Formats: sequence, C-alpha cells, structure tokens
Amino acid sequence: MKAHVAGIGLFAPGLESWATGRASLMHRQDYVAAPLTIAAPAICPPNERRRMTSAIRIALQSALQAVASSGLEASAIPTVFASSEGDLDVIHHLCTALTLPGHPVSPTHFHNSVHNAPAGYWHLGQQSHACSTSLSAGDASVAAGLIEALTMLTIEQCPVLLVAYDAPTPARLHARCPIDAPFGMALLLAPATNAMEAPLIAVRPPVVAASGSSMAHPALEALRQGNPAARSLPLLRALALDQRLSVTLPYLDDAFLPIDIEPCC
Amino acid sequence: MKPLLIRACTLTNAFGQGNDASLAGLRAGHSALRPIDLEEATPPTWIGRVEGVEHVRMPAGLSGYACRNNQLALLALEQDGFMGAVHDAKTRHAPERIGLFLGTSTSGIAATEQAYARHAGDPVLPGGSHEHAKTHNMFATGAFVRERLGLKGPAHVISTACSSSAKAFAAAHRHIQAGLCDAAIVGGVDSLCLTTLYGFNALELLAREPCRPWDRERNGISIGEGAGFALLEPAENGDDGLCLLGYGESSDAYHMSTPHPEGLWAARAMLDALRRAGLAPADLDYLNLHATGTRANDQSEDRAVQSVFAGQVACSGTKGGTGHTLGAAGITEALFACMAIEHGFIPGMPHLEHPDPELATRVVRTSRDQRVMRAMSNSLGFGGSNCSLIFGRGGL
Repeated sequence: MKAHVAGIGLFAPGLESWATGRASLMHRQDYVAAPLTIAAPAICPPNERRRMTSAIRIALQSALQAVASSGLEASAIPTVFASSEGDLDVIHHLCTALTLPGHPVSPTHFHNSVHNAPAGYWHLGQQSHACSTSLSAGDASVAAGLIEALTMLTIEQCPVLLVAYDAPTPARLHARCPIDAPFGMALLLAPATNAMEAPLIAVRPPVVAASGSSMAHPALEALRQGNPAARSLPLLRALALDQRLSVTLPYLDDAFLPIDIEPCC
Repeated sequence: MKPLLIRACTLTNAFGQGNDASLAGLRAGHSALRPIDLEEATPPTWIGRVEGVEHVRMPAGLSGYACRNNQLALLALEQDGFMGAVHDAKTRHAPERIGLFLGTSTSGIAATEQAYARHAGDPVLPGGSHEHAKTHNMFATGAFVRERLGLKGPAHVISTACSSSAKAFAAAHRHIQAGLCDAAIVGGVDSLCLTTLYGFNALELLAREPCRPWDRERNGISIGEGAGFALLEPAENGDDGLCLLGYGESSDAYHMSTPHPEGLWAARAMLDALRRAGLAPADLDYLNLHATGTRANDQSEDRAVQSVFAGQVACSGTKGGTGHTLGAAGITEALFACMAIEHGFIPGMPHLEHPDPELATRVVRTSRDQRVMRAMSNSLGFGGSNCSLIFGRGGL
C-alpha cells in the first residue's frame, strides 16, 4: 500500500511543530527536550475548547498542522486516531471520584474518557461528517493506525488523516504504565495516484526481526521509547531527510512494519 | 462491495452463554434485565449481567490477563464451537493471514477501579496488583484473544463508544479487500464497570427502571455486558450462508454526548451501507435499531430512519432484553439481525408499553415470525460515531 504524505504534524517536547522540529530530527540542530505548552487549538466553540484535556489538545494540535501544511480541505477527510492508552489523566480523575463518598463523577470527564473523544472534537471543530476510527494496538498503535488509514485510502481512493498521540501517565498510575512525555504526530495521506509534490510512503507486510529502527540521538531515542506514539520518530526522521530510505515501526509481537520512503522530487 | 461470509459466530450476553440463549430470549421477547446486584456500591438501576463471569478461570500461561473484560471474552469464545471454527480456519489460512478486529468502550478499566479502591490512601499505586497492559490498556482484550486463538495477523481494537464493534466489520472488510489478510475475526467485548454506571448516571442518562426504548415514558439506558465474535471470509460463488453485504460510517460533528436532533448523519451511514451493498431501502426486511432508550437518542434515530425508509421496513430495538452492551452492542445486534434472517422472525421489544406518538417509526413490540432476507443493524455512539451494517445471504 502506497500513499503521498501531503501534510505532517508533530507536537512533542522540543518538537513543537513539524516546521521547527524537522531540523532536530535531521540533526541540523541539537535536540533539547524543552517543556511543551499544551494549548487548546483554535477549533471548536469556546465551551468545547475549555473542556479539552491535554490528550485531546495533543492530538488536535498535531492534526491541525498536518491539514494546514497540506492545503487540503479538512471537512471531507476521513480520520484514524491511534492511541495506546487514550486519556489516562481523565481515567485517573474518574477512578479517584469512584472512591470518594457519593462517587462524584464529572459528566465532562466521562464524555472525555471515551477513546474517540479527540476524534469527536476534531470532526465537530472541522464540521466534518466523514468516517472516523479510533483505535489502539498497544505499543503497535502507530503502525496499526497507519495500516488502517492506508486500507481506507486504498479502497476509497481519498485522502485520510492519521493522528497518533499518547499523553503522559499521571503520577498515581505511572509505575503501571510509564509514559513520560507527551507526543502527537499526524500524517495527511493522499492517494499515490494523485499528482502531488509530496513524498511517497509504501508499507510492506510486517516482518519478524530482532530489532527495528531507532533514533541515533539519545534524547530522541528516549522520547521514542517513552511514548507509544513516538515510535513513529524514525518514519518522521526519514520524511524530514526527504531521501530514499527504509525504516521499520514496531508492530505486534516481535514483528515490525517496513516502510519505504521516496523523496518528493 | 464483495460480501464477507460469516463462517462462524457466537454471542454471550444477559440472555445467557451462546447463540441459542440469545435466540430463545429474542424469540420469547424475554428481558434479562435485573435490579443491579454488583458487590460495589452502585447507582440504583437495572443491568444486563452475564452470569458467572467472575468465576471464569484464565488458561494456563495467560493469568496476567485476568480481569472481568477478558473473563467475559473467554467465556464467549468457548461457546458454539467458535474456537474449533478458528482452528479450522487456521488449516485454510496461515495465522499471519487472519486478522483480528475487536471493539470495546472501556476495556478492562474495572481492574484500575479496583486498584484505586484498594489503595485509596496511596499517592502512587504499588506494583503487582494488576497488569495494566494486559487488563486496562485499550488493546488488552485484543492481545488476550489473539494469544488465546494463536493468531499472528493484523489486529487492532476499535474504541468509538457504542459503535466500536460494528466498525470492526468495516475494518475487517478493508483489511481483506486491501490484501492484508484472507480472513478476519471480528467482535466486541464490554463488561460491567463502575465508570460507565456512574458516568451515565452523571449524564442523567441511566434509567432507574428497566430501559424502555421507543416508549413515551422512556428515561434512559440500562447498561448490559456482552461479548460476541464472528469469523469472516470472502464469500465464494455459490455460498448461500449469511454475509456482511454493506457497511456505512459517518460522524455527527454535532455534540460529544448528544446525537444530531434530526439524525442527518446517522441517515448518511445507513445510505452508505445501502450503497456499498448495492441495495435500495425497499430491499431490506428488518432494521435492528440502536434504540437505547434515552429521549434524545431514540428521537434522533427515528428521524434518520424515517428519512431513509419512510416506514417501509420492520423495526425493533433489543436493548430492553440485554441492556446496552456499549462497545459490544455492534456485534451483539449485528448477530441478532443475522438470527432474524436465519430463523425468520422479528424480535420484539420487552418493556415497551406505550410507543411514543412523537416517534414516527412504528416498531414491532411482540416477536413474530416473518421471512427476513436482508437486515440492517444500526450503532450510533458517543462523540457522534455512526455505523450501519447490512446482512443477507450471499447467494441472493
């Protein structure tokens, strides 16, 4: 399965956008994991925006960048949101409330706790009625999301937006599920048949291997290992370099998903 | 689209374990709802509980997966010879070529709820009380089922609230069509937990009495638990077994927890399913409504159904029997629709006493025999996630 990468979003500590972060990925400037300000993106009415949790903001910031850099109209584009854990911060609030007298569960927390909350806000903000899927495959979530997005694109022959994100685990749950830094990324994929000045990616069937692609920079490698969505970093680095390269992303069990990148021009 | 044959399937819910329990419950118009009887303090409501889930023992080597959601998954897998059918499928296809696509809304969150309750005073949960990745993580039940069935193919868990396991059929179709697998297991598992009970309670969407979808007195949902699985393979010429004929998916883009009042985009999902199946509304004989029993949901779906079918299809909703099984509602009601075709009947609607005169869609209140060639099932979820599926015989 092949697709153009028509737009890219990136939202992580020291990588606040694709435009500014790609230099670090290419090692043209040193990577420093500077703290990330996680603002609510300027989509949705103010009431809805106030209710956006960090996880939702991370996902939507990434998605917005990818759409903006593609120049495509978001309202007609199907979406795939991939996240291993969803919103553990909200889960923490819910599970805490369940232990208190009267079980004071917040209705907003509850509706934000669904795995498809970021997708719901995105489609609301873009007034997009297109198909949307929210999925998890644990540490393989990015690869599974990419596969799902490419099947949709291949069959429907339309652009598809892939968003992958995971938020840091709250302290109380951290030992059970250590996610340290926020990470969001998005790829706006377009059919390879479209004439487009954009790099191409081709996904091959998963292969069993002892190890997969990693990041040479220690801090970027720590970021990659510390957040399921950041497993996408080798792919993002290859796209930043814009060269003919092959990378692998971790898939299920001991398998890896090979991806070939063909540069733009 | 190219139909997908349902080679084997199984359902477990409040009606009981296995397909026969569901079939008997539906035909009799029985309600399996009961006053809530969980050990923990709960809001006053009725639930659709599966007997004996807490006594299911995890297989040797898989004990780390122990939690109510995976216990329910295992209980369901062991019915109707489903594991044998998967074993047979593995003689026809390499395990790498069999996909697994499941839906759930809350996965094994009850494991985390219990850890929070046990360690209420601790700032950090101590290690060892549960394995997060194998219980609560959104993929946990996918990982468990994959391991239990010995599958190696593509897999993910879809979590789009109440449409989750309906969308699993669409994912399976896409993966098979794109050449990534030759067969797929789809399904859904959602189990009772405090998060959904108190969450829907906080939204004032939980009925105090058994839910009564489509009734003028309806006042919310009854939460149920359930699991179901189906083995799908591309239909060959001459297969006259039950097939997935079409699917449609859409987003409301209206509100996070309230459906579009006119059901515009639910209607779009139904029309898309008809388009993929190459069928007209008049070609359908039965529509299993999502019909949750909240005032807004039923009204929205009514408008959507009217706009597509204009009263020309027999409709009923089955949540008065099983409760709303949330992430498992898609597979549960998809297979109910298949039972209607296979056994020639329209399920009735237990607890429906006074059909709401403001709802234009007339529903079948008492189960009755009727030839059903093709049926649709609607799943309309939180966050505005809509999915409609169409089933029928492949040879027709």
